[in-house]
Amino acid sequence: MAKRQVMFTFPQKLIKEPIIYNLGKKFSVITNVRRADVTENKGWVVLELEGEEKDIEQGIKWVTAKGVRVDPVIGDIMQG
Amino acid sequence: MSFATALRCRKCGQEYPLQPVNLCEFCLSPLDVSYDYKAIAKVLTREKIAAGPRDLWRYQDLLPVSSGVVDIGAGFTPLVKAERLGKELGLEQLYIKNDCLNPTYSFKDRPVSTAITKAKEFGFDTVACASTGNLAASVAALAARTNMKAYVFVPSNVEPGKLVGIAIYNPTLVTVNGSYDDVNRLCARLAEKYKWGFININLRPYYAEGNKTLGFEVAEQLGWRAPDCAITTAGSGLHFTRIWKGLEELSMLGLIGPVNTRMYVTQAAGSSPIVNAFQAGSQHVHPVEPNTIAKSIAIGNPADGYYALRIVRQSGGDACAVPDEEAIAGMKLLAQTEGIFTEAAGGVVIGGLKRLAASGTIKKNELTVAYITGAGPRTQDTVADIVRPFTVQPTLESFEEVLGMPV
Ligand SMILES: [Zn+2]
Repeated sequence: MAKRQVMFTFPQKLIKEPIIYNLGKKFSVITNVRRADVTENKGWVVLELEGEEKDIEQGIKWVTAKGVRVDPVIGDIMQG
Repeated sequence: MSFATALRCRKCGQEYPLQPVNLCEFCLSPLDVSYDYKAIAKVLTREKIAAGPRDLWRYQDLLPVSSGVVDIGAGFTPLVKAERLGKELGLEQLYIKNDCLNPTYSFKDRPVSTAITKAKEFGFDTVACASTGNLAASVAALAARTNMKAYVFVPSNVEPGKLVGIAIYNPTLVTVNGSYDDVNRLCARLAEKYKWGFININLRPYYAEGNKTLGFEVAEQLGWRAPDCAITTAGSGLHFTRIWKGLEELSMLGLIGPVNTRMYVTQAAGSSPIVNAFQAGSQHVHPVEPNTIAKSIAIGNPADGYYALRIVRQSGGDACAVPDEEAIAGMKLLAQTEGIFTEAAGGVVIGGLKRLAASGTIKKNELTVAYITGAGPRTQDTVADIVRPFTVQPTLESFEEVLGMPV
């Protein structure tokens, strides 16, 4: 089992969709929300994903394709 | 000995022992080093600091390291009164903190000095980072100095010329076929798998603290006082927050008076998530796709954006996005008035300062410190158009004719 800590940023059109719920169901990934803030026009959620490496990978690909921005919780590692 | 006592979660306050970790297990927020300030207050005086080495280690009591520091002479860079630039911008008390004059030509030598010293204390034999420039050079140089292995990851589309200033220190240089985001993701995975000291992952709380010396030094160099205004750039936002923390610590220890400094943050307009959030009145910094020539601050998802934003607001400062043309103009202006050749990030600071002075946000009699955090020669291509020589034959006549000298 692997763990991945990520931040999802949702555009307005996706705020009402149960994306995190579907991610868990479709890909056998356990989603564990730690911090979040959602307003009417934008939202972000910090969460931990737990599951098989390949399921996590595929799950992240799926949410990204839906239009959610996925970033590492630790921010950009790459620096100038 | 060190006065550091624990790591503490910035959001929920949960404490952890001083280990190579950077996130709270509960809320996944960043961890910060806590100190025993009462014990520090008993031993630390202005005189003790003034008698210390002429580099950042003069502030060792306020850094999270024990003995055996890794020293390449980082820090204690000049603070110069900028008369000519000040006149140009209409500021009578303008100072430049010239951090181009660090051993690897940028302020990164400060945080990397504390991070690598700590890595050695933890027993790591290898350190790693992802960077296209300043950070990588600093990590490679300090690792060389203390005989540690260094892995440096860069995207494969980086100009080869940029890599010379890293490769000269002989780290293991790895170019990754992919975008910045791909490199980010790969490094996050590597950090989980390998027992390395990863500079801005598991060593980040210690890395962060080295930046406080930017605040300490300016206060000392001003004769033990905080400036009225401080202006710098933000990539991740980290050093901006630590300038503030440095000033606050000195004040708390009674080494300077109360801090009323207004903190001004500048970002390149093509990568300004912190400025966007400030202007939108938002608490949260939404990531962006960076697109600017100021590569050293082109960070779309700034780890300390939230905290930088809070300090701008708390201190009564402001945030300013600077287009690339104005950053280049700023580079030229700084070079041509003060003789300091900065990279584009420094041009962003000068461009932002120009705007803030023109709008009267920073007033002409306020003691203002502009932090110039990196030197220009590594990224000369950004101002290559400046080279327009006169071409003459090797004769006096030709010289006088081509330059139109009065004969
Ligand atoms: Zn926490």
